[in-house]
Amino acid sequence: MSERALRILLPVFVLALVLAGWQAVVDLNQIPPYVLPAPGLVFSTLISDGALLMHSLWVTLLTTFEGFLLAVVGGIGLAILFSQSRLIEYSLYPYAVILQVTPIVAIAPLLLIYLPQPLAVLACAWIVAFFPVLANTTLGLSSVDHNLIALFELYKASRWQLLWNLKLPAALPQMLAGLRIAGGLSLIGAVVAEIAAGSAGAGSGLAYRIAESGYRLNIPRMFAALLLLSLAGVAIFFLLSALSHLVLRNWHESAVRREH
Amino acid sequence: MNARSHAIVALRNVGKTFDTGTVALRGFDLAVRDGEFVSLLGPSGCGKSTALRIVAGLSTASEGAVEWPGDAHGAGARIGFVFQEPTLMPWADVAANVRLPLKLAHADEAQARAAVEQTLARVGLADFAGAYPRELSGGMKMRTSIARALVTEPRLLLLDEPFAALDEITRFKLNNELLALWQQQRRTAIFVTHSVFESVYLSQRIIVMSPRPGRVFTEIAVDAPYLRDETFRTSADYAGFCRLVSDALSQAMAEGRS
Repeated sequence: MSERALRILLPVFVLALVLAGWQAVVDLNQIPPYVLPAPGLVFSTLISDGALLMHSLWVTLLTTFEGFLLAVVGGIGLAILFSQSRLIEYSLYPYAVILQVTPIVAIAPLLLIYLPQPLAVLACAWIVAFFPVLANTTLGLSSVDHNLIALFELYKASRWQLLWNLKLPAALPQMLAGLRIAGGLSLIGAVVAEIAAGSAGAGSGLAYRIAESGYRLNIPRMFAALLLLSLAGVAIFFLLSALSHLVLRNWHESAVRREH
Repeated sequence: MNARSHAIVALRNVGKTFDTGTVALRGFDLAVRDGEFVSLLGPSGCGKSTALRIVAGLSTASEGAVEWPGDAHGAGARIGFVFQEPTLMPWADVAANVRLPLKLAHADEAQARAAVEQTLARVGLADFAGAYPRELSGGMKMRTSIARALVTEPRLLLLDEPFAALDEITRFKLNNELLALWQQQRRTAIFVTHSVFESVYLSQRIIVMSPRPGRVFTEIAVDAPYLRDETFRTSADYAGFCRLVSDALSQAMAEGRS
């Protein structure tokens, strides 16, 4: 069997095995659904509560996407600013690090006090997602081949030409790696904020559904919402990986198939 | 003295001390005549690359002066530089890499395309305009790099050990191609190398440098006629010049040590 087929078939097989075992454990021990719902029940809940959950998924995805977009614009923008001026880099970089290392779970409740809830959720998504974009892009912008920079100097390139024609394209691989991390993180940021806001009870995103279902002991719906969140995370990762591959396929080693 | 023999660039008593305190050059004098092929020969670390970068304006002299007689604007865009590595942009295809200097100078699109096409044909890469650097062999990458240096029709071509990383067969081939290009257009060329054989094969004049701090030890004129080809490479003349230059280089290094 080809390596490619194995890489798809084996995880599917493991999934089937786990689901069958789960179903069997629940059936055999007659575990009530408010303790552990069987996979079958989770799936049927996914369908019966479909409209509600889809709406929540949409809300969370929208926040994630907005947070991600702001993180990309902010991260790349700040990285470019850093590459243009050492003074700005020295002044601001430590605070970007502080923002990153302070756990978002601890920041979220504070943000919820000072900002209206949708904005607070968005801010959380942005805070966790923007740093990888900033750090990776900064690394990319500063690791340009020195001789290529010398070449641009030789031909009297302007700052703008140096940035646009050399530094940004050279930084693309690292930038895209940052984006791939940021996509997943902005989903996490949105979820954390929604959970933190959950007790206030005004949200409608997927994480809010999870918190709410927990209070109501609606465990099957909790599982269904969790499943959707995971799927959303996986989809985001694959989309960004595909984007990265598409952009780099002609030239970067990471996207080029090795010839045997 | 004919019209072509005036100096195109001259380094006068140039010294270079790096921030680290290393003295790379001291009292370095070099005058390169228009149309001439000169090699700077010396062991690694003798400051020959530094001298070349100072000519290119990529590095500034700590002492002394760089003069451009007959060119009020200094070096300007009239320099082509070939680095030791091909130094190509991996995200751009061959044509785009060669077009770069014209693009940076905001050259007219159609003229630029024509110039790139013509230059690629000259270095034998006409069929590879759309190829990406990673698809090319070492020799082809270097040809692309040379094409990029030539595309602006520079008066002065600076080459910093361009063939050092290539295998011998490819190096011989590119030596011949470089000579052919130089003869067609009679640009001035300054060629940095640590290979005695390469410098004798290519140059009209060899500047032998002594190391640390780098200065001119002696210069040797290689007054063998061009066309130089494989016959020259196996001739007694060639062997004689190699011996002469090789001896000078040994003396230069011995002096550098004492």
